[in-house]
Amino acid sequence: MAKVSEKKVPMREQDPKARIKNFQEVPFGYTEEEAVLEAKRCLQCKKPGCVKGCPVEIDIPAFIARIAERDFKNAIKIIKKKNVLPAICGRVCPQEDQCEKECVLAKKMEPVAIGRLERFAADWEAENNLVEIPPKQPSTGKRVAVVGSGPAGLVFAGDLAQLGHEVVIFEALHKPGGVLIYGIPEFRLPKAIVEREIEYVKQLGVKIITSFVVGQTKTVDELLQEFDAVFIGTGAGLPWFMNIPGEHLNGIYSANEYLVRTNLMKAYLFPEYDTPIVRGRRVAVIGGGNVAMDAARTALRLGAETSTIVYRRSRKEMPAREEEIVHAEEEGVRFEFLTLPVRYYGTEDGWVKEIECVRMELGEPDASGRRRPIVIPNSEFRIPVDTVVVAIGQSPNPLIPKTTPGLEIGKHGNIMADEKTGKTTKKGVFAGGDIVTGAATVILAMGAGRIAARACDEYLKTNIW
Amino acid sequence: MFKILSTKALAPNIKCFEFEAPYIAQKAQPGQFVVVRINETGERIPLTIADTKKDQGVVIIVFQEVGKTTKLLGTLKAGDYVLDLLGPLGKPSEIKYYGTVVCIGGGVGTPEIYPIARALKEIGNKVVTIIGARTKELLIMVEEMRSVSDELYITTDDGSYGTKGLVTDELKRLISQGIKIDKVFAVGPVIMMKAVSETTRPYNIPTVVSLNPIMLDATGMCGVCRVEVGGETKFACVDGPEFDGHQVNFDTLMMRLKTYLKEERVSLELFEKQSHKCCGGQ
Ligand SMILES: Cc1cc2nc3c(=O)[nH]c(=O)nc-3n(C[C@H](O)[C@H](O)[C@H](O)COP(=O)(O)OP(=O)(O)OC[C@H]3O[C@@H](n4cnc5c(N)ncnc54)[C@H](O)[C@@H]3O)c2cc1C
Ligand SMILES: Cc1cc2nc3c(=O)[nH]c(=O)nc-3n(C[C@H](O)[C@H](O)[C@H](O)COP(=O)(O)OP(=O)(O)OC[C@H]3O[C@@H](n4cnc5c(N)ncnc54)[C@H](O)[C@@H]3O)c2cc1C
Ligand code: SF4
Ligand code: FES
Repeated sequence: MAKVSEKKVPMREQDPKARIKNFQEVPFGYTEEEAVLEAKRCLQCKKPGCVKGCPVEIDIPAFIARIAERDFKNAIKIIKKKNVLPAICGRVCPQEDQCEKECVLAKKMEPVAIGRLERFAADWEAENNLVEIPPKQPSTGKRVAVVGSGPAGLVFAGDLAQLGHEVVIFEALHKPGGVLIYGIPEFRLPKAIVEREIEYVKQLGVKIITSFVVGQTKTVDELLQEFDAVFIGTGAGLPWFMNIPGEHLNGIYSANEYLVRTNLMKAYLFPEYDTPIVRGRRVAVIGGGNVAMDAARTALRLGAETSTIVYRRSRKEMPAREEEIVHAEEEGVRFEFLTLPVRYYGTEDGWVKEIECVRMELGEPDASGRRRPIVIPNSEFRIPVDTVVVAIGQSPNPLIPKTTPGLEIGKHGNIMADEKTGKTTKKGVFAGGDIVTGAATVILAMGAGRIAARACDEYLKTNIW
Repeated sequence: MFKILSTKALAPNIKCFEFEAPYIAQKAQPGQFVVVRINETGERIPLTIADTKKDQGVVIIVFQEVGKTTKLLGTLKAGDYVLDLLGPLGKPSEIKYYGTVVCIGGGVGTPEIYPIARALKEIGNKVVTIIGARTKELLIMVEEMRSVSDELYITTDDGSYGTKGLVTDELKRLISQGIKIDKVFAVGPVIMMKAVSETTRPYNIPTVVSLNPIMLDATGMCGVCRVEVGGETKFACVDGPEFDGHQVNFDTLMMRLKTYLKEERVSLELFEKQSHKCCGGQ
């Protein structure tokens, strides 16, 4: 066996000093040479761990082998058998916790850069205009409605359309894509790429109707009169607040608002675009997940002098992806670990000016397995701010649960659906993605869409629930 | 794309548009609203559904030109399109038999309260309406309101029409006459809704107000429309826009409405400069 280099082939990135002044993508992606070099690190294991770690079971060694042979065309074909959104997953999947974690190399050195290779193959295909639309199955005459155009809905729709069913997606916002469009920032996931992948789903025959809120414009029951089945993929959109004094002050945003203004409404281009955003000088972001990192890095790009993450546990417990934390650190985001906000103070005309925080220490592990933060008495201190972004999580979007009789709802407001089929307690209604699991990941939402598509196809053929 | 079927000026800076929007027209109930986005660079703004023609798939909106987006909307003509029209949004008003209901509309609140008053009347309530405006020429929809009211009172701040004074003066007069009022609906500027709520509070007259915080998605996702009601945080777009006026914290609402004053001015100035250029610098 040839000696494998210890480290991944590095990916070139925009210089931190330059990139905090623009919204362009941070990593540049591999060149063909770099991709081939990295692909050659793969050992082509007989029993590959990486595939087991992949929620949609991409034949990873096979696609990597094609890249190593410079057969990029077949590499992407292999990926697309299992993953219709590879350019997105290659960029935002938590590979370090999935395929790459299970890669045999990971035991001794850096694992194969599976995510980067996936991204390379997808981009290569698009840049060379080689995207092929698979042949369509004969029409079955069945009609399926999909609510929500995030990754769960897109995958579900794409799969069913390929099986010959007529599929219509209803999306509340004016652009399809869910969090991929409104949440994850341009510098991490360029919107042109999301649009490209959505175009592909459309070419599979899926019709997308935007600005249509199911539960308001039409209810699920009304959709069931026109369609043979309905899939609900409405995500986890309801933002949490901490309910501490002063949270209504001007300048305090939910992460959703901050990111929707920036990404969907392009507030960073104000006044060319009409939607404004407060460009704070001293920004604090509360939370430690991907959403918090995205908000903190966005703040810098909007011109903040300081952007500080306030997180109640330590760096080790932060749920954000390592890559995102490192990128944030490189860009100069500050971190206040073991810190909990307890109230906000405002100016006379109602703008936030300080956060009062307390220091925390870590106690015994809690239900999540992470050590529980405990308040240290008399440790109050204040952080001066003019903008705060609350990024402490969100729960399932309540609009459909509230307006659909017969759907069983869990105690966190999520829709109850069978893990193996996506079936809900209502005949003909499937659900998947964040609306079922609570805030999770792109790939898990896609996996749920795929499982439900399979079960839905079965149901459409047999009418057995 | 949603087509504008007709436009009409009701008063200086107040316009009435008919849109072709069959799904929304079908579904709309009193108290609900839509979100409009005019073009690709446009903002999403909420506007109340003033009326519908269900059989023709028409949604009617009355708006006041206050800033860039409403002014731009005001320049559009029959046959033009807006990119997005989303709705109907929010919870419908609770229309049932209360007995005697006082409906109060201030400014562009009048067309907003019109469908509510009409629905209340249709199911047999005694509807007493008070509408107010700064001055006579800003009074709108008077005849429409008259047609759905048992009694109609009009106030103007400057006394140029009806009684000189505020809508709350008229409300106080009704209360002092000892008429049994079972419910009050008030729609208009925040300061007016606050005043109405303060007027009815000592008499425990249930009072519904329709809040107009800044909105973005209007589907319960961004949290910008949060208002404090009875000490709890509510999202006006999905939990409202109507709330119990005695529970609403109007002061924080008024403060939050000022969030983007600076940016709104920038937008408007830019818009006015550009629109002057395109019509030959008039
Ligand atoms: C800022 C941010 C960063 C993230 N970063 C990552 C990351 O790096 N990696 C990763 O794997 N995951 C990340 N996630 C999580 C990931 O994006 C989600 O888990 C995933 O998008 C869930 O997919 P979904 O299809 O279930 O829902 P969503 O993507 O939330 O899409 C739901 C769609 O349904 C629409 N909708 C809701 N209600 C209705 C209705 N009533 N009628 C019609 N349409 C409706 C919504 O408008 C939305 O478009 C991030 C999330 C956020 C918010
Ligand atoms: C549920 C609801 C129903 C409404 N119905 C009507 C109606 O029927 N007729 C009508 O004339 N007006 C209505 N409004 C108010 C209307 O939305 C604002 O006048 C409009 O958004 C102003 O936009 P602009 O760009 O022209 O002005 P701007 O210069 O942007 O703002 C002027 C003022 O409008 C408010 N505002 C700004 N942006 C928003 C926003 N996105 N959402 C809400 N308020 C905002 C602020 O108080 C601001 O100070 C309603 C508001 C809500 C929330
Ligand atoms: S586990 Fe690692 S080395 Fe083995 S096949 Fe998968 S990517 Fe290649
Ligand atoms: S407008 Fe976004 S939650 Fe109400």
